[in-house]
Amino acid sequence: MEAIVRLIAATAPVQTPDEIKAANAAIGAGFAYGLAAIGPGIGIGFVVGKAIEAMARQPEAAGMVRTTMFLGIAFTEALALIGFVVFILLGL
Amino acid sequence: MNQRPADTVAFSMAAPLAGPAPEVAVSNDMVKRGLWVAPVLIAVCGLVWGADGAWSCAYAIAIVLVNFALASGIVAVTARISLQLMMASILLGYLVRLGLIFLAVYLVKDADWISLPALGATIIFTHLGLLVWELKYVAISLAYPGLKPKSTQPNTHSIARQ
Repeated sequence: MEAIVRLIAATAPVQTPDEIKAANAAIGAGFAYGLAAIGPGIGIGFVVGKAIEAMARQPEAAGMVRTTMFLGIAFTEALALIGFVVFILLGL
Repeated sequence: MNQRPADTVAFSMAAPLAGPAPEVAVSNDMVKRGLWVAPVLIAVCGLVWGADGAWSCAYAIAIVLVNFALASGIVAVTARISLQLMMASILLGYLVRLGLIFLAVYLVKDADWISLPALGATIIFTHLGLLVWELKYVAISLAYPGLKPKSTQPNTHSIARQ
């Protein structure tokens, strides 16, 4: 057991507080981007699903529905972009 | 409920959407407006963050405009094939476009001329600003966004029936 601890201590890099801080920032950035991408993914799926449903019910309104759908997708995607910007500012 | 009777609608998810692509008009409008305001944004970023900020701002504007164009292109092309493909490609395209944006930023993150705060601020501001600007026209016209309705032409959009 003591040999294992000595082996780990020998192989593990020594981390300074700055390195630990940078590592935590990188982990936080990864979570920020990952979590920020989940919500818009669900939202875009919902928007597109409802738009297709609307086009199925009223084919003559397909043009307006597509316009609204596209803007809805772009607005939803803005949330992911905000997460991405947090990611690049924190840990890229 | 104002629904069509099931026997009168031969709708198929595999059916393509006929007619012009409004999302391309939306995207073209946003790209045009983005190009108009780009010098102002670049000048502002240049004042705040210096030359690096100006270059980063220009790069961020390019990312946002290409992202809009790519998104509208995906919808327009796949809508002509089928609604199923359109839905699948929008969802997959979302991931692909996020990946492309990440790649575009990752490739230049260590460049001499990059300023990440300027890049990030411009991405968010340009994306949301152009969308809100476009939304104003869509809400006002309730027709083709950003373009004045030419006449009282009937809406030609329709789903091709099989």
